[in-house]
Amino acid sequence: MRHLLSTGDLSRDEATLVLDTAAELAQVSGRSVKKLPTLRGRTVVNLFYEDSTRTRTSFELAAKRLSADVINFSAKGSSVSKGESLKDTALTLQAMGADGVVVRHPASGAAHRLAGWVDGAVLNAGDGTHEHPTQALLDAYTMRARTGRVEGLRVAVVGDVLHSRVARSNVLLLHTLGAEVTLVAPPTLMPVSVHTWPCAVSYDLDAVLPKTDVVMLLRVQAERMQNAFFPTAREYSRRYGLDRDRLARLPDHAIVMHPGPMVRGMEISAEVADSARSTISEQVANGVSVRMAALYLLLGGS
Amino acid sequence: MCARKRAESDAEASPAADPTAPGAQTARTVLDGPEIQRALTRIAHEVLERTKGAHDVTLLGIPSRGVPLARRLAERVEQVEGRAVPWGSLDITMYRDDLRLAPARALGRTEIPPQGVDGRVVVLVDDVLFSGRTVRAALDALNDIGRPRAVQLAILVDRGHRELPIRADYVGKNLPTSLRESVDVRLAELDGRDAVLLGPARPRPGEEDDR
Repeated sequence: MRHLLSTGDLSRDEATLVLDTAAELAQVSGRSVKKLPTLRGRTVVNLFYEDSTRTRTSFELAAKRLSADVINFSAKGSSVSKGESLKDTALTLQAMGADGVVVRHPASGAAHRLAGWVDGAVLNAGDGTHEHPTQALLDAYTMRARTGRVEGLRVAVVGDVLHSRVARSNVLLLHTLGAEVTLVAPPTLMPVSVHTWPCAVSYDLDAVLPKTDVVMLLRVQAERMQNAFFPTAREYSRRYGLDRDRLARLPDHAIVMHPGPMVRGMEISAEVADSARSTISEQVANGVSVRMAALYLLLGGS
Repeated sequence: MCARKRAESDAEASPAADPTAPGAQTARTVLDGPEIQRALTRIAHEVLERTKGAHDVTLLGIPSRGVPLARRLAERVEQVEGRAVPWGSLDITMYRDDLRLAPARALGRTEIPPQGVDGRVVVLVDDVLFSGRTVRAALDALNDIGRPRAVQLAILVDRGHRELPIRADYVGKNLPTSLRESVDVRLAELDGRDAVLLGPARPRPGEEDDR
């Protein structure tokens, strides 16, 4: 494993290694000295062409807990606003000796292109509507931590699948790990090629919920929508939002996940988001451990 | 004193468990199961003696083979004194000085007993003492977890060739070796039988397990 670009590149053993490593590294967060010397002297660049709070701070914290030097680079206030291309920016970072590049970009495939230009490891922190592998890994980690397993879990991914990089990464990873994924969305928000994905598809949330161990809700990404995909937000929320009544249809052991940022009242009601079955803040905490594991496995060895 | 390996050609291990390891036919048994048990029993008594009853002792094994050894020592101390001694494991992978010589390694488990390590006498337990680099890493790892009153080192086999100023407080067996030899410790918990084997050196690509 040289880069982390897609969860589809991970074998079952590799994915399990990341999760096991994260489980060990999670202990560091509970100690008084929250630091390991492992990546001392290595430089990690956070290259963010899109807004992000969770992912960028999570990667930054993870790299710092491993003693790496972190450079934060966001497109706003950099030479990108003067017209510099991704390739030239990458070559600049290369010349400065970056050992790892964490990249988020609005264009699908940007991380893959970048991997061909720089010597260091590239970690995809979200490329357009394509993939977000560390999010899928932390979701799988959270499922394993809460339910004790991933294999055989019935996972429903509900919402704006069309624009979601989280959905694709999760489908590929959860399939590799042996879970059964069902995508639930209005037909207009389902990708055209979804029949080639290793998962089931449904348009009826109420029918899926009773046969589900994990519900993962996705935000409707209005910023990526040029067309009207559903009549009104209220209608979307009525049919695909998770509220108290729908929560009651779930089996008692089922958990509710959301990759964030969430829009309360739209895909998830405030009551559900704050309930004991919601893992939303756990996901954020687990994100640091999983990203530490990914950074260690990509940058820690020879 | 002069800890020569005894010419025990008859002690060719217990015939029950098959080694199944590469080069097993050329490896020679230098400690068999009962000898390992006796060495551990002696070390347990030495720990009790040196620490005056092991009142605030915590045993921490270094994965992988130090952990079952720490557990066995804890059992023996409890048998003798009738009081439980906290034991756990301390993984040192993230503190190794040779991480960049090999692909990233899988981590072992770290389990610190609930008493913690602050103010306690921590006895680190490992199977083989070689270069001393593992123990150096363990001291660094321990430093990030807390501040023990004292740290001691218990080792099943000391094979010499130290590269750092480190020595063991409790030694199961001193085993003078050549750098062209390898020492393999087998433990029933992990390998199905107890034995210490001396064989020809494995190739050391990035020193797969230098102790």
